[in-house]
Amino acid sequence: MPGAGGASPKVELRDVGLRYFGLEGETEALKGISLSVAPGEFVAIIGQSGCGKSTLLSLIAGILQPTEGQVLVDGQAVTGPSRKIGYMLQQDYLFEWRTILENAVLGAEIQGADMRKARERATQLLTRYGLGQFLNHLPRQLSGGMRQRVALARTLCTEPDVVLLDEPFSALDSQTRIALADEITDILRREGKTAILVTHDIGEAVSMSERVVVLSRRPGRVKTEHAIAFASAGGTRPAPFAARNAPEFNGYFNALWKELEVHVEG
Amino acid sequence: MSKADAANGPSARYLEWLRQERRGRLTVRLAQLGLLVVFLVLWEVLPRLNLINPLFTSYPSTIWPTFLEMLHATPQQASILAHTWSTVVATVVGFTAAMVLGVAIAAALWWWPKLYKVLDPYLVVANAMPKTAFVPIFYIWLGATLSIYGMSLAISLFITVLMIYSGFQGIDPNKIKLAQTFGATKGQILTKVILPGSVPTLIAALKVNAGLSLVGVIVGEFQSATLGLGYLIQYGSQIFKMNIVMTAITILAIVSSLMYLAIYWLETAVMKRR
Repeated sequence: MPGAGGASPKVELRDVGLRYFGLEGETEALKGISLSVAPGEFVAIIGQSGCGKSTLLSLIAGILQPTEGQVLVDGQAVTGPSRKIGYMLQQDYLFEWRTILENAVLGAEIQGADMRKARERATQLLTRYGLGQFLNHLPRQLSGGMRQRVALARTLCTEPDVVLLDEPFSALDSQTRIALADEITDILRREGKTAILVTHDIGEAVSMSERVVVLSRRPGRVKTEHAIAFASAGGTRPAPFAARNAPEFNGYFNALWKELEVHVEG
Repeated sequence: MSKADAANGPSARYLEWLRQERRGRLTVRLAQLGLLVVFLVLWEVLPRLNLINPLFTSYPSTIWPTFLEMLHATPQQASILAHTWSTVVATVVGFTAAMVLGVAIAAALWWWPKLYKVLDPYLVVANAMPKTAFVPIFYIWLGATLSIYGMSLAISLFITVLMIYSGFQGIDPNKIKLAQTFGATKGQILTKVILPGSVPTLIAALKVNAGLSLVGVIVGEFQSATLGLGYLIQYGSQIFKMNIVMTAITILAIVSSLMYLAIYWLETAVMKRR
C-alpha cells in the first residue's frame, strides 16, 4: 500500500471522527477514519453525496476541528489553516470585484506575504495556464474553465505542499472537465505536490489518482482502498485522458462502481 | 457569406431595426415630457377657469417670479438660496451619518451574531415606528438645529442597518470559506470579502437613504426651523401664500432629482468594475 511505505506520511488521519451538533440532535458525519498520504502521492476519495467527503477535506485544511482523533500534516497536529495546505473548492469563487491577477494573489495578501513576489509568481502561473493576456480582466469576462484555472493559480500562488481538491470540476461542462483534469494533474505532478481529490465521479478518481479510498454512507468510514496502476502504459503514469483508454480502466471502474452501491431511485 | 456581408456594411434589416429602436426611445422621452406639460397646463388653466380655487394651488407661472423675488434677502426673510442650502446641508449630513453609522452597526451585528439575535426584534420595531412622532420630542431634547439632523438620521438609520446587514448575510458563505482556507482573520473576512462584496447593497441603501433623509429634514424643519425649505412650506401655508409653498416644493423636486442623478452616476462608475 503506497503511503504506508518508508517515508513518513505527509498527511495522516488517526481515528478521526466528527459530529455536528444541532437542536434536533447529533449527526455523526465521519467515524474512525484512518488514512495516510505519502509525499507527492495523488489520492482520490470517493463516496456518495452526503458521506462527509468535503468535511474530511475541511478537517485536513484546519477549518474544522475533529471531535475525535487527530489530523497530522508533516507529523504535526493541525490546529488551524496552514500555509502548507492549499484548498480548491467546488467552484472557483473568484471575487467579481477583483481582477484576475488580484484574485490570484488573494491568498498571499491574506497571509501577509511579500506582495511584489506574489504578483510575480501569480503572473508566471497565469501565463503558464494561458491566461497571460487576461491579468487585468474581470472574472465575468472569462469562461468557466479559465476561471477554474485562475482558482488553481490562486491556490498554488501561496506555494502549498498539499493541494486539496473538492470536486473542482463539478461546475464545468464535460469536455472542459476532462481537459482541465489533464492540465491540473500534470501541473500538480510536475510540481511534486501531494494531492487529495474528493469526487463522486468514479472515472475522474481512477484516471487522476494513484490510490482511491472509498467512503461508506453516513457516518463516513473508510470502506476500502484501491491502488490504481496502469502496467500497460509502462513505468510512467498516463495522463487522465490516456488513462481512460487504458485496458485496466474498466476493471477499476467496475470494481468501484460495485463498492459505491449506486442505486438509482425511481 | 458573412465576410461579404461585413464588407458591405450592416444589412438593410439591421439598419431598419436600429431606426425602430431609436424611434421607440424617442417616443418614450416625448411621452415623459408630454406628461409633465399636461400636468403644468392643467395646473395653470384649471384655477384660471375657477374650476379649482387658485388660493389652494397658486399657478405654475408664479413660481419663477416668486423665486426671483425671494432671491433677495429681506430683514424678515433669508434668501431662498440660503433656505435651499440649509436643507441640502442637513440632508447630506443626515444621509452621510446614516450611511456611516449604518455600516458600522451592521458590521457590529455581523461580528457578534448574539448581538444581532438580541437586537433583531428592536430593530424591526424601530424601523416600523413612525419616526415623525418624535419630531416634537427631538425639538425639546436636541434644540432647533440638531433636532433636524436627528430626525433625518432617525428616519433613515434603521432601514439602512437592516438593508446592509441582510446584504452582509447574502454574501456566499463559500467565499468566506475560501478566505478561511488561507487563514483569514475575522477582520480580513470583513474587509476583503464582506465589505467589497456588499457594494451593490451599499448603493441600494444609498438610494433609499437619499429620499428618506430629505423627508426627515423637511419634517424636522416644519417644527423647529427658521431656515430651510420645510420652514418655507410651513410659513407659506400659514400666511396662505401658496406661491411660496409651490416654489419651495418645486425646488425640493429639483434637489431630489439632482441627488438621484448623483447616485446614479456613482452607481454607473462603481458597477463598471463588476
